[in-house]
Amino acid sequence: MSDIVISVRELTKCFGDFAAVDHISFDVRRGEIFGFLGANGAGKTTAMRMLCGLSYPTSGSGTVAGFDITKEGEQIKRHIGYMSQRFSLYNDLTVWENINLFAGIYGLSKADTESRATELLERLNFTSERNTLVGSLPLGWKQKLSFAIATIHRPEVVFLDEPTGGVDPITRRQFWEMIYEAADGGTTIFVTTHYMDEAEYCSRVSIMVDGKVCALDTPARLKQQFAAESMDEVFRTLARGAQRGE
Amino acid sequence: MRGFIVLLQKEFLQIRRNPFLPKLIIAFPIMIMLIMPLIMTMDVRNVNVAVVDLDRSTTSRRIVSHIEASEYLSLVGTTSEYSVAMEGLEQGDIDVIVQIPDDFERDMAVSSPQKISIIANAVNATKGSMGTQYIVQTIARSLMEIRGERSPNEQSELITVQNRFNPTLNYRHYMIPALMIILFILICGFLPALSIVGEKESGTIEQINVTPVSRLTFTLAKLIPYWIIGMFVLTVAMIVARLVYGLTPVGSIGVIYFGAMLFILTISGFSLTIANFSETMQQTMFVMFFFVMIFMLMSGLLTPIDSMPDWAQKFTVILPPRYFIEILRSVYLKGTTLAELWSNFAALGVFALIFNILAAITYKKQA
Repeated sequence: MSDIVISVRELTKCFGDFAAVDHISFDVRRGEIFGFLGANGAGKTTAMRMLCGLSYPTSGSGTVAGFDITKEGEQIKRHIGYMSQRFSLYNDLTVWENINLFAGIYGLSKADTESRATELLERLNFTSERNTLVGSLPLGWKQKLSFAIATIHRPEVVFLDEPTGGVDPITRRQFWEMIYEAADGGTTIFVTTHYMDEAEYCSRVSIMVDGKVCALDTPARLKQQFAAESMDEVFRTLARGAQRGE
Repeated sequence: MRGFIVLLQKEFLQIRRNPFLPKLIIAFPIMIMLIMPLIMTMDVRNVNVAVVDLDRSTTSRRIVSHIEASEYLSLVGTTSEYSVAMEGLEQGDIDVIVQIPDDFERDMAVSSPQKISIIANAVNATKGSMGTQYIVQTIARSLMEIRGERSPNEQSELITVQNRFNPTLNYRHYMIPALMIILFILICGFLPALSIVGEKESGTIEQINVTPVSRLTFTLAKLIPYWIIGMFVLTVAMIVARLVYGLTPVGSIGVIYFGAMLFILTISGFSLTIANFSETMQQTMFVMFFFVMIFMLMSGLLTPIDSMPDWAQKFTVILPPRYFIEILRSVYLKGTTLAELWSNFAALGVFALIFNILAAITYKKQA
């Protein structure tokens, strides 16, 4: 297996005249935690949706887990997990029913589902909530559950779109522990965030401004490059040049 | 396969957990079948008649008493002033005025008398024309009786009418199959569309779209629950029709269920296709209503297709309910067999196939 899990060349998505994603190119290595930063409206979600096989690129090319994003979207979907910006598990199903649903869709057998669900619920300290309706869980718990379900089939890559938005600091911390755990297991993490402390946790970070990737390196080297104290400063230096409003 | 089973389970769980849907699915068919046949009737009753009797003879009194005796007509009164009756007609208290001319009886005996005139309020066209017909029949019967008494050998009715298949001309028996179809359209036509658009609005469909589930699997999982619900609705409707209105199918129940299976697949597939093109509930509802209006008013559910203009009759060829109403009515009232209705079944089968393929194709996982 190649070391590069995601490879993107000149990827572009236009909505009419508007280039939401404008000729971006980058590679993501296996097992990396790849931080995908950018201001609101910079095109992060659009780019991520193309990588997940939810949206067709206008031009350019890319592969995810070895499959072409334009032609082999359905193949890609077998090998990735995705957690959208909006909470999108079924609120009217219980924790267990949601796990069973997605495990079943990914083709896990009944026995595998049962054993993984048990393990997962224990790890999350959710065992007592097994039969609780997801809609009645607090947001932080929902996000952790979403992540667990996005990785239930042990995907090669997980795409996380602002997974910790609106989540309290303690849960955020726990969430990142889960991310590290998954990355240690060899899963590549592709994550967008607005929290610059989280950006510091990433192996490498790219910063998008107005649909283009303006910077891409490890947090340490980016700080060096922009002579900044923190990622926060790096981000603000770059994002200040943005033409697009929110 | 397991993917399909878990998706199907999920649909049933969601329907069951919905605070409203299970109640609707049970109450709706019962309510519609209990109440609507009583209301949706074109039988005209209680036609208010005033008689302007200028003749005041035995014959005129005979006519008046016949009008009084009719179950469809109700006599408001007799008067000798035309203007009084006309006033009543203008105020809406009287639907039809019958004026019997002076010396009617005497003239009838010797030569052709002056004609009896009938003046009807035709604002409600059905009531006006039906009321007039009833009166013409009633008067004709009175006159026939009188003639018969005078020369007994002529006492034979000129025309006999026999209504086959719905011998009592019970309008309800004609409407009940139409109501069943309306139920299918409302339940199996609207609910699948709302379920898909609901997932679009809540964002859950995106989580599904990012999985490798096939479009056909997802579409079938949405379809099958409503198919089963449709069968349930049909059963409830048939039981109510039997218990309350004494209507049992003359033909085979199997043929009815088979037709319903195809029709529900058609209408649900249609509904899923609409949902695939809609982003919001409002949009879906509006587009669905547009088509449902056409289905209900143009498919011969309420009014016969034969009396539509030529272009409209041609247009009905592409309306699926048109084929199913023919099946339901003829099996229910005439006992027609599957073999005789094969072209209708074939048409429904084709529609079911087209709409469901369309529903699977137009469901876009990647845009």
